[in-house]
Amino acid sequence: MSDTTNRAAGRPGKKGGWSIIQLLLEGRAFFGLIAIVMTFSMLSPNYATVSNFLIMSNHVAIFGLLALGMLLVILNGGIDLSVGSVLGLSGVFAGFLMQGVEIQSAGVIVYPPVWAVVVLTVALGAFVGMCNGVLVAYFKVPAFVATLGSLYVARGVALLMTDGLTFNNLSGDPALGNTGFEWLGFNRIAGVPVGVLILAVAAIVTGVILSRTAFGRWLYASGGNARAAELSGVPVRRVQVIVYSLSGVLAAFAGLVLSAQLTSAGPQAGFTYELTTIAAVVVGGASLMGGRGTVTGTLLGAFVIGFLSDGLVIIGVSSYWQTVFTGAVIVLAVMLNSIQYGGRGKT
Amino acid sequence: MRVPETDEAPQVAPDTTEVVLAARNVSKSFGAVHALKGVNFDVHRGQVTTLFGENGAGKSTLMKILSGVHLPTSGELILDGEAVEIASTVEARDLGIAIIHQELSLAPNMTVRDNIFLGCEIMGSTGVNYAEEGRQARELMRELEEDIDPLTRVEDLRLGQQQIVEIARALSANSRILIMDEPTSALSASEVEVLFKVIRDLKARGVSIVYISHHLEEALTITDHAVVLRDGVMTAYAPRSEIDLEWIVRNMVGENFDIGSPPSRHEMGTTALELRGLTVPATSFTGNAVDGLDLSVKSGEVVCIYGLMGAGRTEMMECVAGRLPATAGRVLLHGQDISSFTIAQRIEAGLVLVPEDRQRDGLVQTMTVGRNLSLASISDFTRGLFTNRRDENRIIEDSIREVTVKTDGPDATIGSLSGGNQQKVVIGKMLATTPSVVVLDEPSRGIDVGAKAEVFRILAEHAKNGMAVVFSTSEVGECLSIAHRIIVMRRGRIAAEFTQDTTKEAIMAASGESLVA
Repeated sequence: MSDTTNRAAGRPGKKGGWSIIQLLLEGRAFFGLIAIVMTFSMLSPNYATVSNFLIMSNHVAIFGLLALGMLLVILNGGIDLSVGSVLGLSGVFAGFLMQGVEIQSAGVIVYPPVWAVVVLTVALGAFVGMCNGVLVAYFKVPAFVATLGSLYVARGVALLMTDGLTFNNLSGDPALGNTGFEWLGFNRIAGVPVGVLILAVAAIVTGVILSRTAFGRWLYASGGNARAAELSGVPVRRVQVIVYSLSGVLAAFAGLVLSAQLTSAGPQAGFTYELTTIAAVVVGGASLMGGRGTVTGTLLGAFVIGFLSDGLVIIGVSSYWQTVFTGAVIVLAVMLNSIQYGGRGKT
Repeated sequence: MRVPETDEAPQVAPDTTEVVLAARNVSKSFGAVHALKGVNFDVHRGQVTTLFGENGAGKSTLMKILSGVHLPTSGELILDGEAVEIASTVEARDLGIAIIHQELSLAPNMTVRDNIFLGCEIMGSTGVNYAEEGRQARELMRELEEDIDPLTRVEDLRLGQQQIVEIARALSANSRILIMDEPTSALSASEVEVLFKVIRDLKARGVSIVYISHHLEEALTITDHAVVLRDGVMTAYAPRSEIDLEWIVRNMVGENFDIGSPPSRHEMGTTALELRGLTVPATSFTGNAVDGLDLSVKSGEVVCIYGLMGAGRTEMMECVAGRLPATAGRVLLHGQDISSFTIAQRIEAGLVLVPEDRQRDGLVQTMTVGRNLSLASISDFTRGLFTNRRDENRIIEDSIREVTVKTDGPDATIGSLSGGNQQKVVIGKMLATTPSVVVLDEPSRGIDVGAKAEVFRILAEHAKNGMAVVFSTSEVGECLSIAHRIIVMRRGRIAAEFTQDTTKEAIMAASGESLVA
């Protein structure tokens, strides 16, 4: 027993001596972001301008929303490959509703108001996510396979709905009372784009859920060790279903914001976004094994990925090189994660 | 040298036989934990040396040192009279030392032939020489007198046959020393007979065998020497002719082994937990792991469940906790039928399980000590939508004090605790839900004697306050510590029931430990 005491006593000293390297490792996404902003500011006079930051944050808003959902899934020890497709499907579905829904039996065309479009689209996202969750939790389909399936199905449905074409007119008609969709993409409140505000609200809500609610605790516990969580009374499967549903909801919001920004809804929107999203979460320090990760880290990860790729565009680097850089950053981030978590025992 | 192929003790006096492998004054420490303290151990050529000891006595550490998994902290190994350093399992194999683990290390999807030569394939001019491998595999099977086609997939073989394949693999590498860790624990009686015949054949061929088993009398029929370990120290060493079952138990358990006495002089309440005809199907074999079991436990009572591996203790407990479904029977908690309750509902109703494997089922390694402790009682510190930090900290601090976890604070990582303290965290987590019945599966597994005594003290205290405690153990000494009643399980049923005034020998006999399976 005295052995244990010795070992415990040896710890605080170690904690007190925070070295520079440890500090850099803990805050790597933050320092990375500062480095990116400083580098590009020096390379291009157009980078560090208010208008450019607004443009970039609009891009980050999309990835940030997806990344928050992905963070929840990854914390749970899963993965959601369907977010890009759900984003595309949501945009198309919203566009479809904006064009008016013809009810043949009644012989009328219904034009739902924008709030109804938003509610219905988000419900669709939740439904796709719930399907993923039920497959993973109750039918024991590996998350990778289940969400890979929905990646294809959602994309296919989006293509079927538009026949491969794009809905270009999303502005609605004052006569029909369904105007205002662009508001999501273009308007600003106190100078901040609505998309960024939506991201901020989503981040705060997610953060509160994770740190202050029983559900957040269940999520961390079942991601860290599902068997132990289950034996402690955590409804592990219900948590899984909710987590994938939330990821679907956030992807639907991202789809709405993106199609509002573009004022068009194409079935190819969000193609390969799931990979960028996973990259953002991992750069933000979350462990793909589950149980470890924070909202702050994930937001920083989304900003790092977004600011890096936009910066490369601004200084005129070829898009092929952008892909190489993004890949290198992801590998570096995962490597640093392994260093940080490697010493803390196997999970 | 030939040894008579009978069950009798060897006629050759062991002292005159050659020592092929010897451990001299071997110690091994893992951090601050001393697993082995100055152990001396001889392996005699062509004979069976059995290592006896309870869980945590250091048997497996010693085996891992002999087979190259660990290097000793101090001391040396002497092979054929020369000091050797065995730094890896590959080196051990090259020196002719092979180990057969309790969990077989075969690839079930591959054939017997491919398994035997896995990692040391015979290469021909055009890749692997399957014809030669097949021929040698058939030859090995013939020597072992087992009629197994080398092209059979391992998963299609019975467990006993799979064990033979492991032995064949060891022999194919020209092993002179074969270490067998609990080889009979999963075998049927007839398979054990076959295995023992193989062991006698191996002895006759000059192969030395190190044998580990919890089936004491079974081991006595095959062994030539006995070595007993207790708490990392070799407590006794003798040739077969000089020992008996009682000698082993005495040396294994120790006379002064005291981990508490039953909480005496308190009134037992009404029936708290009742099992009626509980039947749980087995996962690894056809049939029932728990077979129509009846049990009732009163409030304030401490019941110990003793049994061998595979007796159905874990399945029974996991079914009671709601992890495994029962095919028949009912679970009653204070007279209320809770058979259809989920795990969470059972915890709410006051029934909790402390699982056997704390790493796999007990702890969330990514969370701090504090959050592990509060995990099962989240609803107690949730106000409306949100958790209340002050209430949570109060629960955590109470728990740390109550189960005396030695930690530098609730924010320490769970991995920074010793095994005993981790176990206390798992127990503390479940006790924080203020249960009326607590079921513990091997609560003393892999923790040191001091921590054991504390765990049992905590349980005894709660029993005094009216909690019903059911715990299982495979260490017979613990049955006689704090339990009012000892239930011996065997093949899913209750084989016997004892009160405190029984003996270790009687309990072991009832479990089947002292009989050839």
